Amino acid sequence: MSKLWCALLLLACVATGPALAVIETYEFSSPELEERYQQLSAELRCPKCQNQNIADSNAPISKDLRRLLHQQLEAGASDAEILDYMVARYGEFVRYRPSFTGATAALWVAPVLLLGAAILVALLVLRSRRGERTGSSADLSADEEAQLQTMLHKTERDS
Amino acid sequence: MAPRLKLFAPLLLFAVLALFLFRGLELDPQALPSALIDRPLPEFTLPGLGEERDITRGDLLGEAALLNVWATWCVSCRVEHPYLKQLAERGVVIYGINYKDEDADALRWLQELGDPYRANVVDRDGTLGIDLGVYGAPETYLVDAQGIIRYRHVGVVDERVWQTILQPLYQELEPGGGG
Repeated sequence: MSKLWCALLLLACVATGPALAVIETYEFSSPELEERYQQLSAELRCPKCQNQNIADSNAPISKDLRRLLHQQLEAGASDAEILDYMVARYGEFVRYRPSFTGATAALWVAPVLLLGAAILVALLVLRSRRGERTGSSADLSADEEAQLQTMLHKTERDS
Repeated sequence: MAPRLKLFAPLLLFAVLALFLFRGLELDPQALPSALIDRPLPEFTLPGLGEERDITRGDLLGEAALLNVWATWCVSCRVEHPYLKQLAERGVVIYGINYKDEDADALRWLQELGDPYRANVVDRDGTLGIDLGVYGAPETYLVDAQGIIRYRHVGVVDERVWQTILQPLYQELEPGGGG
């Protein structure tokens, strides 16, 4: 019986999740506008909560920005105009994909540079290791070879 | 010698990491740089709190002033309020933006706690807030006599913030003011 209750409780949790996520709905004059609304609200970052986009956030500022987004889309603004409007007020921070400028260059370039550096280091290390391996066995003189053999025999006898 | 030096690489890496982490202790990830620094205050025409007339951008110009975004639902604003009154008594010009609030609540607040503001702009829908890039209250802007935004502080203005950041900037704009 308690298992049944547990199952029902879990079901209730799962069922109410999506209901809580719905924040508000807007009427759009065309499905194309609605699609752009979804795209832009997913790409714009909530300035208050920082790690959420305005589509997911229920902070008051996100609600205001969604309303503004809806108004601007219905007024016929282009995506670039809307993004410029937001950036002018909240800075590049408000975009999850900031435009490439002097201030954001490090953000865009650093991953490529770091990956390049990592590959370079890996190649250098691999090369030097291969060099060590081939070099060490080939470069023994006759004396050293003999020494090596006696050592090997000695350890065999000991064990 | 080279292999010996290599042994110090982890120590060096650790030192660099520690330096960055130590710096990180002092940084506030919530504080965003304002996009409006050195830009003119946006145009607006909004009702004045407890006044018949509208307030426009032009009404706030002429003297360097603090522009304080506040609301009665904002807990930190209540913490900040007594200090704003002190600043006003010292002669600092403070304008308020009553952000997404009820007029009646705001007027009662000013009556009960005192009124440090020269005037209050009623921004019921947060439109001026969005033009300013406000994302929460309290926020305080330092605006010069020509209406150029010089600084934005997010969070409570207290003795420390005033003395270390705002006062030097304010006195640069308004020599001898707000001692």
